[in-house]
Amino acid sequence: MKKKPEPYLNPYVAGIFLGVVLFISYVVFGHGLGASGGIAKIIGAVTDAVVPAHTEKNAYLVGLMRDSAHPLDTWLVFEVIGILIGGFISGTLAGRLRIETFKGPKISNPARWAAALFGGMIAGYGVRIARGCTSSQALSGGAVLSAGSWAFMLAVFAGAYLLAYFVRKLWN
Amino acid sequence: MAPFDINLSLGHYWLNLFYVITGIGFGFALERAGFGDSRNLAAQFYLRDMRVFKVMFTAIVTAMLLIFWSDALGFLDYKRVYVNPTYFWTAIIGGVVFGFGFVIGGYCPGTALVSMSTLKLDGLFFVLGLSIGMFLFGETIGFYRAFWDTSGFYGDVTLQDFFGVSAGVVVFGVVVMAIGMFWVAEKVEAYFAAKPSGGNP
Repeated sequence: MKKKPEPYLNPYVAGIFLGVVLFISYVVFGHGLGASGGIAKIIGAVTDAVVPAHTEKNAYLVGLMRDSAHPLDTWLVFEVIGILIGGFISGTLAGRLRIETFKGPKISNPARWAAALFGGMIAGYGVRIARGCTSSQALSGGAVLSAGSWAFMLAVFAGAYLLAYFVRKLWN
Repeated sequence: MAPFDINLSLGHYWLNLFYVITGIGFGFALERAGFGDSRNLAAQFYLRDMRVFKVMFTAIVTAMLLIFWSDALGFLDYKRVYVNPTYFWTAIIGGVVFGFGFVIGGYCPGTALVSMSTLKLDGLFFVLGLSIGMFLFGETIGFYRAFWDTSGFYGDVTLQDFFGVSAGVVVFGVVVMAIGMFWVAEKVEAYFAAKPSGGNP
């Protein structure tokens, strides 16, 4: 039986919900939320497992590995696991758990997958240049008023709006 | 006084469990906000739906007010919480590059994970792309390591340091700015909703 998905939360209500979670993170752990760091740790660990000799030559990857006893034994990875569980629970309860592809009306599924892969690559590279993503930099650093995080946030919106016109066929 | 040093009081495994629980709250909030759907995120950049902006700034204002009120009441010590250090030029360059990837791919890392967790294939491809991009960063950072390590580095500088005013002034300014921009966002949405639909010319 196919259930009709529930509507999304009012954006201001969702924002308060998200802000409270962020605040709790600062109270309990003394730092904000993170998503990209955990993915980076997993990639570092995979590289290390597949081609250990290569990791040794790569100072950046070695740095990524050295933070903790085991590369995956870090809060960043546990938070990523939590994000996946939380998204799954929410999506399931709201009737949104199904295999599908979200895209603009004028492109095919494979074209959308290619764009998602390519956009992900660019975003992944940018995340590491900036030392954080929309969660760890913009949201968390924004709330504690880090100057660099606000610069990052403005740059993200500037970059996205700058390119939006040129990739409008993907979405419109 | 918070932040609590729960690593010492609870031990390693409990700490990790707390991180999983926090992540669940985070992922749940993102999914409820509609961020598991790339169309909702991309719409921000075509001004059709300002959901990204509204959720993000409501969250920032909420957390900021709770943090600074707690500090004023002596519950949370702002001086002891982690403030992302400022690397100005890498924040700007990385931010623009990230913004490009955001509008092409339709997600950011956290929202892509949530999308993937509800079986959306575009979210899955974005996460794969992120992984490749991060790997490539590791492969190429050697060419500009010195720039990346030092360019525009100012340490733990905050907006109140930067503008030379008290934290209260900045907090007030951010709240006023956010309310003003929410008002603009509602106007923009109303404008686009009033326009006859039927796709792009």
